[in-house]
Amino acid sequence: MRSPLLPVITFIVGILVLAGYFLPIPALISIRTPMLDWAIIVSGVAALIAIANLIFGVHWRRLRDPSKDHWFSALVILAFLVTFACGIFFGPTNLGYQKVVTAIEMPIEASLMAVLAVTLAYSSLRLLQRQHNWMGFFFFIAVLVFLLLNSGIFSLLPNLPILQNLISGISQAPIAGARGILIGVALGSLLTGIRIWLGSDRPYNG
Amino acid sequence: MSNAELIIGLILVLITAALVLTLTVRQKRIPQVPVFRRIAAFNKFKNAVNSSVEDGTRIHVSLGNASLTQPSSASAFVSLTALRRIGQLSSAGDNPPIATSGDSVLAILSQDTLHQVARETHTKELYDPTHGALAGVTPLAYVSGALEQMQDPEIKTNVLIGNYGSEIGFLSSVSEENGAYTLAASDSLPAQAVLYATTEEPLIGEELFALPAYLHSSPVHSASLQVQDLLRGLVVLVILGGAILKLLGVV
Repeated sequence: MRSPLLPVITFIVGILVLAGYFLPIPALISIRTPMLDWAIIVSGVAALIAIANLIFGVHWRRLRDPSKDHWFSALVILAFLVTFACGIFFGPTNLGYQKVVTAIEMPIEASLMAVLAVTLAYSSLRLLQRQHNWMGFFFFIAVLVFLLLNSGIFSLLPNLPILQNLISGISQAPIAGARGILIGVALGSLLTGIRIWLGSDRPYNG
Repeated sequence: MSNAELIIGLILVLITAALVLTLTVRQKRIPQVPVFRRIAAFNKFKNAVNSSVEDGTRIHVSLGNASLTQPSSASAFVSLTALRRIGQLSSAGDNPPIATSGDSVLAILSQDTLHQVARETHTKELYDPTHGALAGVTPLAYVSGALEQMQDPEIKTNVLIGNYGSEIGFLSSVSEENGAYTLAASDSLPAQAVLYATTEEPLIGEELFALPAYLHSSPVHSASLQVQDLLRGLVVLVILGGAILKLLGVV
C-alpha cells in the first residue's frame, strides 16, 4: 500500500505553482518563487548524489570485478577526483580552471559531433532500405530538396521571380510541419503534467 | 502574456484535468479495453519484451537528458512511466531492465522506479541500484556512457525515450547494428528527424506520450490519451476555422 501523503503534497504544491503562474497575484508569486528555488537546490544536491553513484557505485564496482576491463573505469575515477579536487581548491569560477576543463571537453565533443555527421550521412544513404513506404520516399525527396534549397544554388538565379516565390513557399512547409508536431508534443506534455499533478503518475517512491 | 490569455490557459488546464478525471472514473466503472489506432512499433515492442523474458536477455531504457526543472521534463516523466511498466512486464524474467539517464535527478528517479517495481513484483533480490545510472551530464557524454551500456551482449532491446538532440543517432545506429530491437521516441524535432532516418519505426510527435496507454498502464493513461486526441481534434478545428475566417477576410 502506497502512502497517500506524497500525492497530497504534490497536488497542493502543483495548485500553488500553477496558480502562481496563471494568476499574477503577489502573494501567490511569493509562494511559487521559493518553491521553484527549492526544486533547483534539490536538483543540485541530486547531481552530487548521482555523480557519486556513478563513480563509487558503477565504476568503483567495475574496478573490483576481475571479469571486466578496468582501464576506462580507472580513468573516469582519476579524472573525476582530479577535476573535483581542482574545483574545490581553485573554485569553479576560476578562469584557469574553466579554461583547462573546456580545453579538454570541447575537442572531445567536437570530434564526437564530426563522427555523428558521418554516421548520419551513412544512415541517410540507407534510409530507403529501412523505410519501404511512401513516407520514407517523401522524406528522402524532402532531404534532397532542402539540401539543394539551403545550398544557396538558387540565389544564382535572382531574376526569376516565379522561382524565388516558389522557393519561398516551399521553405514555409517545414515550419507548418514542425508546428503540427510541436502542438502534439505540447498537448502530450500538458496531459503528462496533469497526470502527475493528480497523483496518478508517481515518478517517486512512497 | 495578457491577463486574459493567462485566465484562458488556467481554464484550459482545469477543463483538461476534469475531463481526465471524468473519463478515468467512467473507465473504472465500466471496465473495457479501449481501442486505439494501431501503431506497429508498440506491437513489436510487446513481442520484444516477451522475448526478453523467454530468452533471459535484458532491456535497456535510455531516459534522455531532460532536466526536470525545464519544460522538456514531460518526456522524462513519460520515460519513467514506461520504465516502470517495462519493469512490471519483464518481472517474470531473470534480468530486470537497466536505465541510463543524462540528468542526475532523472537517474535518482529511475533507481527509485526500479526499486518500486522490485517491491511490487516481489523481485527485490534482483534489484541493483546501479541499474539506474547517470551515464553522463552533457548530451554527448551521456550518449558515450549509454553506448557503453548498450555493448552488453545481454541487451537485445533498446528503448530510447525522452529529450535528445541529433546525438540520438549514435544510440539508434549502434542498437540497429547490434541487431537489437529499438523503440525510439523524442519530443525534440532534430531527434525525430534523425530517428526517422536511423530506425525502422520511430514514434513521431505525440505518439511518445501515448506510450503508457499502449502499454496498458492504467485507466487514467487511456483516459489521458482520449483527452489528448480530443484536444488535438479541437486544435485542428480551431486552426482550420481561423484559416477560413482569414481567407474570408473576417479576421
